Parts: sequence; structure tokens; C-alpha cells
Amino acid sequence: MSAIRRFLRVPEATAGAFILALLLAMALLAPLLFPGDPQAIAGAPLLPPFHDWSLPLGTDRLGRDVLAELFHGARTSLAVGLAAAAAALLIGAVVGTLAGFAGGLVDEVLMRVTDAFQTVPGFLLALAFVSVVGPSLGVVVAAIALGTWTGPARVARAEVLSIRERDYVAGARVIGMHPLEIAFREILPNALPPVLALSSVIVAAAILTEAALSFLGLGDPNRVTWGGMIAEGRTVLRTAPFLSIVPGIALVLTVLGVYLAGEGVVETTATRRGLS
Amino acid sequence: MNRALTLLRRRLVGSIFVLLIVVIGTFLLLEAAPGDAVDAYIVSTGGDAGMIELLRHRWGLDQSELTRLANYLWALLHLDLGQSVTFSRPVRDVILERLPTTLLLMVSATALSFGLGSALGIYAGAKPGSVRDRVLSIGSLALYAIPGFWLGLVLIVVFAVDLRWLPIGGIETLASSKTGLDRAGDIAIHLLLPVSALGFIYLALYLRMMRAGMAEVWRQDFILAARARGLSRRAIVRHVARNALLPLVTMLGLQSAQMLGGSVVIESVFAVPGLGRLAQEAVAGRDTPLLLGIILVSAVLVVVINLLVDLAYTILDPRVGASEVGA
Repeated sequence: MSAIRRFLRVPEATAGAFILALLLAMALLAPLLFPGDPQAIAGAPLLPPFHDWSLPLGTDRLGRDVLAELFHGARTSLAVGLAAAAAALLIGAVVGTLAGFAGGLVDEVLMRVTDAFQTVPGFLLALAFVSVVGPSLGVVVAAIALGTWTGPARVARAEVLSIRERDYVAGARVIGMHPLEIAFREILPNALPPVLALSSVIVAAAILTEAALSFLGLGDPNRVTWGGMIAEGRTVLRTAPFLSIVPGIALVLTVLGVYLAGEGVVETTATRRGLS
Repeated sequence: MNRALTLLRRRLVGSIFVLLIVVIGTFLLLEAAPGDAVDAYIVSTGGDAGMIELLRHRWGLDQSELTRLANYLWALLHLDLGQSVTFSRPVRDVILERLPTTLLLMVSATALSFGLGSALGIYAGAKPGSVRDRVLSIGSLALYAIPGFWLGLVLIVVFAVDLRWLPIGGIETLASSKTGLDRAGDIAIHLLLPVSALGFIYLALYLRMMRAGMAEVWRQDFILAARARGLSRRAIVRHVARNALLPLVTMLGLQSAQMLGGSVVIESVFAVPGLGRLAQEAVAGRDTPLLLGIILVSAVLVVVINLLVDLAYTILDPRVGASEVGA
């Protein structure tokens, strides 16, 4: 309990947590508050915001309810961001642990592959991947994870290299544990904290990449995305700029919330370490 | 200089392996796409079954995957990237035509973000914990959260649509017969918004890195020693800043891949005819050879930039030996 209280004492963390809680509520309540298809036509097209209280944020070029789209978009952003980050951390942790623990040729090959992935611009890779496999939510998640797992892999490897020589690992070897069991049950859990510290940055990057992909028309066409909404609004940018600006603000607040909460966690754990 | 040469040789060998993995991996990924270049070509031009057979044979698409990969690698040795389907021209020519624009965009955005970012970082880090430090720190975090393409649209709404100060997109005024300095000025005006949209997110990054680096250096003993000797505050800040600047140089190389990716979206927003927009056109036209070529050229670009940054590093910081920079 005291960890949470310490977390909330950092003002940035409180702000971040508040934004994320709001976002989570939006994502969870979207099907209750706005049942039915958010892509269905709800009223006259291009209704400006704050004019009609049944459509508080107005309508887009096709007469769809912007507020409903915003709520449903929160679902997509959050789902893709969290899933892609989880996948990237998982791949990174496994590759990094294998490379660091096995050493030798396995390490060399895995790290060259990591280099290769870091050399190709991640967004270009995601673009190519989605265009090859076809846009759907799962593919977008995979495409983003493909470009972001390298950071966690490097951190995990460095951590494993330092843990590998500890006494308890030697102990596990002596009692005849299988090397893979040592790597994934003894070493990986202890190498995780610094890898997990990357999660806020990765979630934020994943949300931004998803938005950019859908902005270019490579998102899941059956789902409302903030990036897609911005692209939609772009066609009427001169007459109705709010259609692009409103989902963009939601995007900025979300990413900011993730960063702030992440900084809060880092600061909380840092003060705890300082005390002990 | 000997140190730099050793480094260069070691890195070149490693880079060739990495680039080989990139080529083979990308080739296999794009191979998995449904439909081939001939399908894409026929969709855009029309043609019968005989034509399809003929084209498949002429482009070597009736051969096995492995043969084609070998052919592609062999052609690469001769700097031949194949034929673009949508442009009906060699991929190399199309890419070389677009590359300078993207390089100009990237170099300008890097100059803006690195220059302004480190300067603001020094300003904030000179007085840790002060009001200006906190304001700049929070401001940069907010800036770091803004997606570049959205910032681009907002800049367009404000500066091109409302104020009409700057052009809405493109790289230069079309059909203007401007030459020399006039043309350079015209291009600069067109690039102002895209460069800002691309550079601001990195500005925030460099500001934050500089600030954090300075906070670290302030605590070191040699700063205490400098204070004890009674050095002026200005001189001490200069010492701190110079020591905090080095990690930013490394970041310059690491960010190049991301910036290249970011320019895809920015070029699309501002209709800048560069490599990024070309990538989008390649995706839209299912132009596999072109997309493959763009990814490969981008990877080479990233390798070269990182090499240059590492070379600069050995010159800036004499303590770094070639053995430490490698791997």
C-alpha cells in the first residue's frame, strides 16, 4: 500500500495516473455509452462541436458522432499499445536472455539479427509488413512489435551477462538443472526489472506508431482509430480543422499520461532504493 | 587517425553482415506478399494470359525463390536494384532522384533539434531545480508526446491556412523558373514547416538528455574542485555542458533510423517528394522491387550515419579507443 502512496506523492505520477485512469474508463465504457457501430451515421455531416448536445463534439464529413468515435478509438489505441509493448518486451526478453546466457555463436548471430532490425527504420518495416500481410489489429500489433523488441533485447542481454556469473546460477548448474530451465526460470526473472523499466517508453512509441500507420490508411479498416480520424479530418482541414485536432489532442494526452506515469514509477523506485 | 582507420575497417566488415541479413530478411518478407510485380503491373495496365507469362519470364519471376534471391544479390553487387513496376524505370534512378530531398529534410531537422535542444538543455541544466528548469522539463515532456504528423497538420492550419505565411506543402513553387539563391530561399520556405514537425520531437529528446546529463556532471568531483578553486559560474557551466554533450552525439546516430521512419509520415503530410513518400507510393502500387530498394538504401544510410557519428566521437573524445567503440 505504501508504494502506491509514495507513487501518488510524485505530482507527475498523479497526473499520469489520472489521465490513464480516464482513458481506461473511456475504453471500457465505450460500448455502454455508445452502443452500436461508432462508424454509423448519427446526424448531419460536419456539425461543429458544442452546437447540438446530443452530439457534443459534432460530426465528421460523413455525419458520424465524433465523441463516440473518440471513445471507441481509445479502445483501439490502448489495446494496440499494450499488446504491442507486451509482445516487444516478451520477444526482447527471450532473445536477450538466450543471447546473453548461451554466448558464443548463438550470441553473435542473435545480436547481428538485432543489429539488422535496428538498422532498418522501424516504421518502414511496419509499413512493409502491414502491406504484405494486410491490415488487421493483430498484424498492426505484430508490425509494431517487430520494430521495438531490439531495445529490450539489448537491456536483457546486458543484465543476463552480469547475472550469469552469480553463485546461485552456479548452484543451479551443480544440482543439474537443464540450461534452458536455468536461463528462463533462474536468470530471466531477475533480469526483468530493467527491461520492464522500458515499458512506458515502448507503450508510448507503440501508440504513436499505431496512430501513424492508421493515419496512412494502414490500420484495421473495421475499427475506429485516432490516427484514422485525423486522416479523415485532413480532407476538410481548411473548413473543419477540429476534426483532425480533437483526436490529436486525445493522442497527445494519452502518450503524455503514459510518460508521466512511467516517470512516477521510476522516481518512486529510485527513492525506495535511496532509502534502503 | 590510425585509431579511426582501425575502427572504420572493423565496422565495415560488421556492417556488411548486418546489411546482408537486412537484404535477405526483407526479400523473404516481401516474397510472402500475395501477388507479384506482374499482377500489380497487369492491374494498372491490363493484359492477357500470354502477356503475363511473357512478363513473368522476362522479369525472372518464373524461377524458384532461392534463384531469385541469388540473382538479386548478384545484381546488388553491380549496384543494380532492379526495375520499378509503377515507374517503369530502374529502382536505383528513382531512389537517387528522391534521396537528396529526404537528406535535406533530415539534416535540417537534426540541426534544428540538436542545436535548439542542447541549447535549451544547457539553459535548463545550468540551474537544476529552478523554475525555468521545471517549466522546460515539463514542456519538453509534452512536446515529446506530440505525434509529428499531427503537429504538421496543426502547423498547416495555423501558418498556411489561417495566417497564410507559409506554403501548405511541396518542396518548391511549381513551374517557377527560380534559380540560384532565389530557388534555395523558396525551398527553405517550403521546408520550414516539415522540418519543424519532424524536428520538434527530437528537440524534446535532446533537451531532456542534456538536462539529465548535466545533472549527473554537476555531482562529479572535478566540478567541486573547480568551485573550490573559485572558477566563475560561467566557466563551470561550460565545463558541465561540454561533458554532458558527448552522449548526445551518440544519440544522433541512434536516432537516424527513427527519423528516417518519421519522415515517411511527415513527407506524406506536406507532399514532399522524398524517399518516405516514395515508400508510401511503393506500398500503394504494390511495387515490391521499389519497396525492397528503399528499405535497403535506408539501412545503408543508417549504417553510414552511425559510422560517421562513431568517427566523430573518436575525434571529440580522445579517451575513447577504437576497441571500445566497436561491436
